[in-house]
Amino acid sequence: MQLDIQIKRFNPEQDREPQWREYTVTLEPTDRVLDALHAVKWHHDGSLAFRRSCAHGICGSDGMMINGRNRLACKVLIKDLRQPIMVEPMRGFPVVKDLIVDMAGFFDKYRSVRPYLISDEAPPRTERLQSPAERERYEDTTKCILCGACTTSCPSFWANSAYVGPAAIVQAHRFIFDSRDQGRAERSAILNQASGVWRCRTIFNCTDACPRGINVTKAIGEVKKLLVKAATRPPHPPPTRD
Amino acid sequence: MSLPPVVRHQYDAVIVGAGGAGLMAALEASKGCRVAVASKLYPTRSHTGTAQGGIGAALGNLESDRWEWHMFDTVKGGDYLCDQDAVEIMCQEAIEVVYDLEHMGLPFNRTPEGKIDQRRFGGHTIEFGKAPVRRSCYAADRTGHMILQTLYQQCIKRGVEFFDEFRLIDLLIQDGRCGGLIALCLATGELHLFHAKAVLLATGGFGRMYKVTSNAHTLTGDGCAIAFRRGVPLEDMEFFQFHPTGIHKLGILITEGARGEGGILRNGKGERFMERYAPTLLDLAPRDMVSRAIYREIREGRGIQGRDYVHLDLTHLDPAVVERKLPDITDFVRTYLGINPVKEAIPCQPTAHYAMGGIPTNVNAQVVIDADNSPLPGLYAAGECACVSVHGANRLGTNSLVDIVVFGRRGGRHIAQQISKLDLPPLSADAQGRAQEETSRLMSNLGGESAARIRAELQQVMMDHASVYREERGLKEALAAIAALRSRYRRVDVSDKSMRFNTELEEALELGYLLDLSWVTVVAALERRESRGAHSREDFPTRDDAHWLKHSLAFASNGTIRFDSKPVSITRFQPQERKY
Repeated sequence: MQLDIQIKRFNPEQDREPQWREYTVTLEPTDRVLDALHAVKWHHDGSLAFRRSCAHGICGSDGMMINGRNRLACKVLIKDLRQPIMVEPMRGFPVVKDLIVDMAGFFDKYRSVRPYLISDEAPPRTERLQSPAERERYEDTTKCILCGACTTSCPSFWANSAYVGPAAIVQAHRFIFDSRDQGRAERSAILNQASGVWRCRTIFNCTDACPRGINVTKAIGEVKKLLVKAATRPPHPPPTRD
Repeated sequence: MSLPPVVRHQYDAVIVGAGGAGLMAALEASKGCRVAVASKLYPTRSHTGTAQGGIGAALGNLESDRWEWHMFDTVKGGDYLCDQDAVEIMCQEAIEVVYDLEHMGLPFNRTPEGKIDQRRFGGHTIEFGKAPVRRSCYAADRTGHMILQTLYQQCIKRGVEFFDEFRLIDLLIQDGRCGGLIALCLATGELHLFHAKAVLLATGGFGRMYKVTSNAHTLTGDGCAIAFRRGVPLEDMEFFQFHPTGIHKLGILITEGARGEGGILRNGKGERFMERYAPTLLDLAPRDMVSRAIYREIREGRGIQGRDYVHLDLTHLDPAVVERKLPDITDFVRTYLGINPVKEAIPCQPTAHYAMGGIPTNVNAQVVIDADNSPLPGLYAAGECACVSVHGANRLGTNSLVDIVVFGRRGGRHIAQQISKLDLPPLSADAQGRAQEETSRLMSNLGGESAARIRAELQQVMMDHASVYREERGLKEALAAIAALRSRYRRVDVSDKSMRFNTELEEALELGYLLDLSWVTVVAALERRESRGAHSREDFPTRDDAHWLKHSLAFASNGTIRFDSKPVSITRFQPQERKY
């Protein structure tokens, strides 16, 4: 089938402003948006820049905004989209070139929540025991692939880029609710700061955007509840309107 | 255009690639020296993350198991071409390394009593082949994702330094010693020179030389090809594994764990055809055998509706088991095929999956460059880009994850132990010259050839003539086609003249690597006149231990390939006929 695709292009070495350009490519209806981008790059304009690797929704490279929603280009089929397909970079990160955004700040925030198991106890000779129910407690947030789709769909993040954002909270959740971890207090202190969980206004954009089907808003809510329970009142009241 | 500036760095060791092998090596090496990791992708984008079914280790959590049985299965699965000294180390250390991963926080699935859960996998048995065994330690069907995340988390904890989106362009090997590398910073287009006492390559495989593959677009064999160009031999390149169950046409992997949980392969007549090919292990026979069985069924007209695929049937399984233990593949099948695997069978065909061959190393991940296994000081390799050889002629499922963590760790440890004895070798004044020349040639070419077109033709030729079955006529055709493509490659044009994120330049470089590795693969496949493991010659259909129980070594030699061989290490298990 013939497909019309519009891509927001930006080459920092030539352009002052991003501009939309339209391409027509021939594809199967069951092909993915990533196939359409490849068709443009390989047959029309080799300079089109985007990240991609595994092409089946696991590596998290090709997060972008497709018809107004954050998606992975390799996980959306063309037949499920209205034409012309509009493709632009994820919102809220600096655009480096075409669909490539600067993710350095995103990974800084990820690192800020201490995304690793914290435990002072010497491990046993074999595995630590963990019941299936304890394992199930944090199952959902282990699925995160750090694609950035949630954080860049969050209006609270757009309004204030100091907010750690949903992805970092998901990563913190994965450890806070792991029965083997002992870093709950230090992570709680980080997430209780003004840039922490209280910036979340429960808008659910993150949950809609997650290509891994993680219930992001629920995870953030669980962290909030824990903080409330840990203190008689939250040390930082929810921020006033930005 | 003018030559880009070169930025210089100095480290004790540089790890190239940030998948499981690279991160494990970085973790260990960082305990004894100053380490940097350079990777063309953000570490969490690495292909380790797509491994699904599990990591094999004889923990014996559900039934009796021993590392000796794991070793036997690996050696037999590899059709007796594995180096048994290395396999012994791998199967022993697999146990402690799995516990290590758990201690680092890896969220394995658990048994009711809270131990690491284990499941069945192809070719893994009790008591030297008697019956399938639960040996694969898993985290749903995203074990690789969990390993990659866990190792990256630990690197952050240790403060390992990363150069993300830095692409290897050249290795600096001089006077028989590796002293660093040149990398291209994708964000700026600048070349960086890393001067180091040791370099460890963990650059992964090269499945993108085939049309239908489970491999990421970025799996283009960069480390293997660059090492080969710099005089390092490549070992056992004729052995490339096709995984039996790729999603039809797309090649996306459906884990062997699906058959481990009870899934059955059926042909167009609805028959469980593996009964005829492997009466004991059935659908859990090793991958080379199952892939050949599928090709044979299709060739004899018993594909689904006579077409080029078969069915993987999970419809008789408990839907709760499918959802809980195989959630990701269920999602893939729903997303890409619009099929609910609980109700309908999945169309599958063999998909190019894993390179058994690669850069020869010893058990400490040191690169060895001749038939006597002489190390090349300062150069290491681990993971799929390396050939230890623990997989021989055909890798068993779960053993790639075992390989990366065991030998990544051993390489990192060896570097940490040796570093104080090594000095920083001097580099020539124009160490970056070759890298500058290669990138500027591609950027200034006006030859009008398209990298995308050459790549597509290469992938088709390799699929047609160098995949599951091979024979002399087809391989010779492929060889001629590759020669023509290599000469067209010299005229490839990069239309994007910008410095930042020049992904067109990247693809052109990667095509060069794929062309070299395809060439070596086809020539090695022509040389080996027998059938063993994943290398199946229709004109030489049997294994020939008298002439071919040996590793091949391919060297670049003035525009041609020169072959040598080296003996296989056989310690515990003498070669036998391979039946399942």
